[in-house]
Amino acid sequence: MTQSKTTTTPIVRMARVNKHFGNLHVLKDIDLEVQPGEVVVVIGASGSGKSTLIRCINGLEEFQQGHIEVDAKELLPDGKSARALQKIRTEVGMVFQQFNLFPHLSVLDNVILAPMKVRGWSRADAVETAERLLERVGIADQSAKHPGQLSGGQQQRVALARALAMEPRLMLFDEPTSALDPEMIGEVLDAMRELAKEGMTMVIVTHEMGFAREVADRVIFIHQGEIVEQAPPERLFDSPQNERTRNFLSRVLKH
Amino acid sequence: MEVTFQFDWAAALRSIPHLLPGIPWTLLISFGGLAIGFFIGIFFGLLRISPLRWLRFPAILYIEVFRGTPILVQVLFIFYGLPQLLGGPINALTAGIAAIAVNSGAYISEVVRGGVQSIERGQREASLSLGLSRAQAFRYVIWPQAFRRMIPPLGNQGIISIKDTSLFSVIGVGELVRQGQIYIATTFTALEVYFMVALMYLAITWSLSIALRLLERRGLVGQ
Repeated sequence: MTQSKTTTTPIVRMARVNKHFGNLHVLKDIDLEVQPGEVVVVIGASGSGKSTLIRCINGLEEFQQGHIEVDAKELLPDGKSARALQKIRTEVGMVFQQFNLFPHLSVLDNVILAPMKVRGWSRADAVETAERLLERVGIADQSAKHPGQLSGGQQQRVALARALAMEPRLMLFDEPTSALDPEMIGEVLDAMRELAKEGMTMVIVTHEMGFAREVADRVIFIHQGEIVEQAPPERLFDSPQNERTRNFLSRVLKH
Repeated sequence: MEVTFQFDWAAALRSIPHLLPGIPWTLLISFGGLAIGFFIGIFFGLLRISPLRWLRFPAILYIEVFRGTPILVQVLFIFYGLPQLLGGPINALTAGIAAIAVNSGAYISEVVRGGVQSIERGQREASLSLGLSRAQAFRYVIWPQAFRRMIPPLGNQGIISIKDTSLFSVIGVGELVRQGQIYIATTFTALEVYFMVALMYLAITWSLSIALRLLERRGLVGQ
C-alpha cells in the first residue's frame, strides 16, 4: 500500500504464536517471517512441533495466542477466521506426508477439481494447466489412472501438481518424502528442487538433511516447540551455535 | 397310530397364483419405505456428526427411539395409535411404508455416520488446503467415497427391511404373508403355503444380494 517501503513484505509473518494441546505446550512464542521467493526448511526431532508449525500457516491447526499473517491476511487465534482462512488456503498449497490424493478420482480429476470449483476455471483451462503440470512432474502419461494404481513417488508428484494447479504464492511441504520407499525419494526431491529454482516460496518440513543443505536459503531448528536456532544451511549444519542443535545434528547426520 | 405327513407339491404349486398378488405390495412397502428411509438416514446421519451439540442431540434421540423399539410396535402405533391423535384413519399401506421409513431411517443414519467417519482425515485436510469450502470438500471428496463404503451395509438394511414387511400382515395390508394367511384359511395347507411364501422372500432378497454384489464390484474400481 505505502510505496515508501523499500523492503519486501513477508508472505508469512508469525509473531509470538503459542499453541497448547491440553497441558502440552506445542508451540512456544514462535516468531517467523518468510520472504517471497525464500526456501525455508524446518528440521527437528519428531514431536518437536515442526509439522504443527507449518499446519498453523494454512489453518489446519489452531493456535491460542499470537498473530499470524499470510499473504497480508490475518489468521485469528482459536480458528475464528473462517473467511480469511479459505482465501489464505486458496493462495497456499500443501503437500502432505501421506499424499492425500482423492482415491475416487482420476489423476487428472484430482488436479482440476480445485481450479474449477474454487477458481471457477472452465474445464478446458483447468485441463490445459493440469496437463502442463503433470508433464512437468513427469506423470503426463498416467493422467487417466486412479491414484491407487501409481507408485508412492508418482502419487506424491501428482499431489505436487495438484497443489501447483491453484497457482499458489506459497507452498508448504509436511515431510513429503517420509512415507516413500527409499528409491522414490529422489524423484520427489527433484521435482521440489525444480520448483525452488523457479523461485517458488517454500516452507519445508523434512528429514532430508542433504536436500535441506542444497536447497534451503534458511534452516530452522525446532526443539520442544521452540525455534532454537535459524541460519543459512552452511552455518547451521557446519557450525551450529546451540548445544541442542549440535545434539540433534550429531544424531541425524551420523548415519 | 401313525401319522404320515406328505408335502403336497401340487398344493404348493396351486398356491402360487394366490400368493403372487402379495409381491407388489411387499416390494412397494419395502422399497417405498427404504427410499424415504434413505433420505431420513442421510439427514439424521449428518446431524449426528455435526460439531454442534444441539444438532447432534435430536439425531441421537431419533436413532435411539426408532432403533430401540420393535418395528411391530412402531407399525401398530402408526396404524392404530396415530389416528386417535390425527382424528382420521391412516391406510394400511401408508402406515407400512411409514414404519419401514422411520425404522430403516434410524439404522441408515448410523450407516451414513459410519461411512462418513471412516474417511481418513487427510482427505478433508487436502480438500481444505486446496481452498475448497467445507461444503465442497464434503460434496466432491468425502461423500462420494463414504457412499461407496455405505453400499454393503445399505444392502444389508434393505434385506432386513424387506423381511420386516412380513410383520405388517397384522394391519391387514395385502403383502405376501397376508395373502398366504388368506389362502390357508380356505385350504388348510399351511406347510406348503408358508414354504412357498418363504421361497418368494428368498427370491426377492437373493436378487437384491446379486444386484448389490454387481454394484460393489463396479464401485470398487479405483478403490
